[in-house]
Parts: sequence; structure tokens; C-alpha cells
Amino acid sequence: MRTVEPWVAEPLNAFVTESSARLTLLMTSSGQVVAQHGFAGALDVMSAAALGAGIMASSQELAALMRWPPFRIMVHQGRAQGHFLCRFQTPRGWWIGLVVYGTDTSLGLVELFFDQLVEQLLAATPHEEKPREVLTADFEAELNASLRALFGR
Amino acid sequence: MSRTYLTLLDPLTRLVGARGAMIVSAEDGLVVAEFLMENVKGSALAALAASLANRVARVVETSGRGAPRFMQLQAKGGSVFVALAPADLILVLLTGPETAAGAARLEMLQAVERMG
Repeated sequence: MRTVEPWVAEPLNAFVTESSARLTLLMTSSGQVVAQHGFAGALDVMSAAALGAGIMASSQELAALMRWPPFRIMVHQGRAQGHFLCRFQTPRGWWIGLVVYGTDTSLGLVELFFDQLVEQLLAATPHEEKPREVLTADFEAELNASLRALFGR
Repeated sequence: MSRTYLTLLDPLTRLVGARGAMIVSAEDGLVVAEFLMENVKGSALAALAASLANRVARVVETSGRGAPRFMQLQAKGGSVFVALAPADLILVLLTGPETAAGAARLEMLQAVERMG
């Protein structure tokens, strides 16, 4: 498990243990990775974050078009694997969780323990720091710093 | 469909001390139909009961006894009864300590038969 924000590690570790999730990715609504568990490479995690944030954004647009309230949870259920996407608000803005789970657990358990993860993250968020805006000039440095934190490279 | 399931749950909720009954998808751990008292968190109960049922089923089947039909978890404050039903569903009953376990078991197995 790797996290950009150290206070995320404990709740995420508890979630992974309880839910038996195969892969877990926490990201901001713009796809900036906050923490990951189970991904082997930087490319995988960045692609998954971009796709997860993209799916969530397009689904929100669809909901807006239909005049529905925004979706909180989306699930792609396959035969041997499911994808759980959940959008939630934190003091640092909207975050998205992407969880890949297999047949050794269930959607119900993933949802149950993800709700607990959200509660624990909200309780653990340090409130003193204001959300930082990622400026274009700093983007590459931010990205490299995040990748170092996430993959130790 | 959901109305049919709710009708199946009705006799279970009439048991003395019943706190709620639900039909749950065994594979997903999601609620299919429920009659629960307000303070019972159905989604959590469904997810955990389905997980328990699947694990216990695996244990019993591994021991060569076939698929289990009925489980009872008894605690100081009451019991959770789980019955495996057709179509990959499980029936869950939550009761207080005053509920007669025999009556609960009978009603649950009859409900499972009606589900078939």
C-alpha cells in the first residue's frame, strides 16, 4: 500500500483487510491519486485513476442531463470481478474510491466497509491545511512527488 | 417481484420478538426485500449475513455434509437466523431473546419452501 497523504494509510489498510478488495485506489475528482493498494505499476495506477475519474464525471453529466441527483456509487459487475466506484466529500474536496473485488468478497461487504472507510477518513483528515491548487508550472513536480510516494521510485 | 418477497417475510415479522426479516442476494450481499425495525441497518446485516452464509456453506460442504440449510447465531441480546433459499438467496431473521428458536426455524424453513 502506498499513500500520498500519510493519514490515509490506516483507514485504507483497515478497509483492504476487512473487504478483501483486490485493488483500491483513492483519488481526487480530477483523477489525482491519493493512495493505492494492489497496483503493480505507475502506468496502471494513473490509467485507472484517469478512467475512474472520467467515468464518474461522465456519469454526473448524464445524471444532470436527466435532472437526477448525482450518482454516489457505480458498480460494474463481471463474472469473476467487480468494479465499485464511489464519490464522497471530504474537507479536501470531492474524492473518488475505485475498488476492484473478486469472488472472495461481495459487493455488499465492499460497500459496507467503504462507508466505514469514508467515515474514518473524514475523522482523520487534518483540517488545518487548505486544499492546494495544482498549478500548471508545478504539475510535473507534483506528479513526480506523488509517484515517488505511491511507488517508492 | 419485490412485493412477493415482502409477502414471504410477513409471517416471520409476526413472530414474538422479531426485529426484522430480510431476503438477501447470497452472492452480492445486497438486500432484495426487507421488513426491519428502524434502528437496524439492513445493508450491513445483509452483507455480513451473506458473507457468513457463504463461508459456513463452504465449511459444511468441505466436510462432506452437503449444503447447509439453516444457521442460528445466538447472543445475549437475541439471535440471527439464516436460511439458504433457492435462486442464490438467503433468508435472514433478526430476533430478540424472547423469540422461540423452534418457531423461528419452522417459519423460516416454510418460507424457504414457498420461495421454491
